[in-house]
Amino acid sequence: MSATNYDVAVIGAGVVGCAIARQLSRYQLKLALIDAAEDVAMGASRANSAIVHAGYDCPPGSVEARLNVKGNAMYDAWCADLDVPIQRIGSLVIGFDEQDEKVLEELYDRGIKNGVPGMELISGDRAREIEPSLSGEVTKALYAATGAISCPYQMTIACAENAKENGCEWLLGHPVTEMKVVDGVVEITMGEEKITAKHVVNAAGVFADEVSAMLGDSSFTVSPRKGEYMLLDRTATSVKTVIFQTPSKLGKGVLVAPTVDGNMFAGPTAVNQTDKLDTSVSQEGIDQLSALSRKSVPTINLRSVITSFAGVRAQPSTGDFIIQISEVCPQLIQAAGICSPGLTSAPAIAEEVDSLLRKAGAELVEKEDYNPIRKAIPEFRHLSNEERTQLIEKDSRYGRIICRCETITEGEIVEAIRRGARSLDGVKRRTRAGMGRCQGGFCGPRVMEILSRELGIPMTELTKFGGNSRLLTGVLKED
Amino acid sequence: MKKFVDIAVIGGGPAGLAAALEAWRAQPELNILIIERDHEPGGILQQCIHNGFGLHFFGEELTGPEYAGRFIAEVKKTSIEIMTDTMVLELNNERKILAVSAENGLIEIEAKAVVLAMGCRERTRGALNIPGSRPAGVYTAGCAQRLVNMEGYMPGKKVVILGSGDIGLIMARRMTWEGAKVEVVAELMPFSSGLNRNIVQCLVDNNIPLKFNHTVVRVDGRERVEAVTIAEVDPATKRPIPGTEETYECDTLLLSVGLIPENELTNGAGVEMDRITSGAVVDETRQTSIPGVFACGNVLHVHDLVDNVSNEAKLAGLSAAQYVAGGEKKVEKYHSVNATNGVRYAVPQRISADASGKLDVYFRVGNAYRPAKLVVRCGEEVLATRRKAIMTPGEMEKITLDADKITGDITLEMEA
Repeated sequence: MSATNYDVAVIGAGVVGCAIARQLSRYQLKLALIDAAEDVAMGASRANSAIVHAGYDCPPGSVEARLNVKGNAMYDAWCADLDVPIQRIGSLVIGFDEQDEKVLEELYDRGIKNGVPGMELISGDRAREIEPSLSGEVTKALYAATGAISCPYQMTIACAENAKENGCEWLLGHPVTEMKVVDGVVEITMGEEKITAKHVVNAAGVFADEVSAMLGDSSFTVSPRKGEYMLLDRTATSVKTVIFQTPSKLGKGVLVAPTVDGNMFAGPTAVNQTDKLDTSVSQEGIDQLSALSRKSVPTINLRSVITSFAGVRAQPSTGDFIIQISEVCPQLIQAAGICSPGLTSAPAIAEEVDSLLRKAGAELVEKEDYNPIRKAIPEFRHLSNEERTQLIEKDSRYGRIICRCETITEGEIVEAIRRGARSLDGVKRRTRAGMGRCQGGFCGPRVMEILSRELGIPMTELTKFGGNSRLLTGVLKED
Repeated sequence: MKKFVDIAVIGGGPAGLAAALEAWRAQPELNILIIERDHEPGGILQQCIHNGFGLHFFGEELTGPEYAGRFIAEVKKTSIEIMTDTMVLELNNERKILAVSAENGLIEIEAKAVVLAMGCRERTRGALNIPGSRPAGVYTAGCAQRLVNMEGYMPGKKVVILGSGDIGLIMARRMTWEGAKVEVVAELMPFSSGLNRNIVQCLVDNNIPLKFNHTVVRVDGRERVEAVTIAEVDPATKRPIPGTEETYECDTLLLSVGLIPENELTNGAGVEMDRITSGAVVDETRQTSIPGVFACGNVLHVHDLVDNVSNEAKLAGLSAAQYVAGGEKKVEKYHSVNATNGVRYAVPQRISADASGKLDVYFRVGNAYRPAKLVVRCGEEVLATRRKAIMTPGEMEKITLDADKITGDITLEMEA
């Protein structure tokens, strides 16, 4: 059997891999986007802080500092093209004592060195003018006007859809099991299937070290660091900006922030672990988040928690993003060790990989019909009544509400499935069906029926998120 | 599409059906509309295929669909219109409703009176912040009930249930009868929030252990639930006691940990709410703070028995009909109904000064009392006393007052 030959294979369909795929889809390339999971955004990109960072945290001179500041500046244009929400609400790092204040000054200095615009060191009182719900104990704060919120999985899905629209092939549910260079091209084995690629981009998140090692490059390792979060109901929202506490060795400090969907959330914790897939939430984590978020915002209503979840960040052994042509295997381009600020940096990383590919000898010729514009699924809940009426006239399924907490219609769910959702969580991430206060208690069975009908697979084979995450164990016994 | 009606009933479950029917009986010439989001009326009763409904209201034991069917049959004999597959999106304080359906698109409805009968939803895992992984196989009991009874699927084979609410108890029995093994029911409180008859018929009769003062401390399993760990809690703090953990291998965790009235529309309209019931504040006619807007059933406060829902809904429906027929009646003065000293809440929360005749006040206690003694006072004067061998938070209680004796604010409290 002859293997399909690609010019470039991007391994990893998180926000970094999908941004790269989208960037490369503008060229006349045969392009593949590969992931072990059945959907895009199944790793850190589905559970992180959703912040477009200003860029004062990163060590000056580092790759992440450069790409963070550049990525932040690129975000509005990317979000406009891809129809992904972004809100430039500004961020505050808050200090409670002299020691914190020293940290704030250091962050400010770093920000200046990194070229971060719009920063200001402000008094506690000024901070409370900006954010009235802030603790009265706050003595000083670092305000950054460019701090923003977006949605990590929507950005990932949007990039993947746009890449696909421009000819990129999705090879999801394809875990790469082996790679070797044969006659100058990389032979990629994914279980039973085999393809070749002239260039491989490694954007495999926590598994990037293992993917790299398949091609003989063991120059770095990636260790998983878990971050737990709590999501609160809309009614709990009382903050308008992103509020960080001062950073620790393990991360940027616990934040309290609104989400682009109008909820509020708190997190992350920072727990080093060995298991790359363990996204369980611990009681200690919940307790820690409760205490820390109350410290920032004493009035936070923790009784309105809708859900808690965790993501695993990819911490590189080198202490910085690894974005380079592999010194061991010239066909391999690393986009590895992308911890925070990976979401912010993703557009800049994509451009960086673009120029590395040229350096590696890839011929990048622009397509004439490249379309950078991707439209989001119509969101019934946000439309005017005239727009709703028009939409229902075109497709009456937009008049049938399936998820009542979030007002999600059958039309949106069907469209999400058409665009690639294969599971309950896939529909949820694309439409918000099941993300509200009832967490799918009402709409879960109805979304399952629609999935079963649209995909033509029995209910008993439907999953929550692929693999063996089966939702049902069988049909009722017959008497 | 635009509609003008006399009474719009939001929700076609047991509360909405009974309210509409009673309004029609009082004023058959009125133009009454029931708006139902599902494809058929009956609400959650349609998935409650066990019996035990109607003992009080009909004096016989019916299944959920039979109970609903009686009301639906009655409604069908009347001029009441039912719009199914129609979801109300907004309600404002002038009783204007925006609804949507696939068939009619957006529908604007102006009503002279509105009855809120949207029911309730189940509290979820997230609301409890249960630690552990997030695999498939965690369901609220009502969601599992729909999958089994309406769709004919088994959500799991080996089950742990958290919470001893009625739906959880019913599902423990149902899953057992369908061949699943229910390992244990863990209840955080030292008592059940379910009906005693359900504990006996569903758990005891099927040899399913019920562990009070226990909660789930961990869910394991990456893709599907593989194990659930429960632990005993300190009754005072509700925190798990280290060393008491027991792990059950299973594939399913069902949650029956409480119901929450679905009051998003009510809140949107600006109706005054009761923090304890999570429902509207109403007077003895079940009128909310917005004139002409009434509430009944589980959207007002969570009931244990549908029979009580029907009675409450009849009252709300009658009040709505009288409101439309008689025009807005200005209430000069209200006396408040205060729940204190062990009484968690009381409905109605206020009584108009010119109320007369017999008047039922429904209430729940905040803890188990055995024996129990409730006293209702107006100032120093004792209006009524109720003694019972036991009162628990799981069973709603009722006390009948003589409205003519209510001359000021009244207080419900438990006494030794």
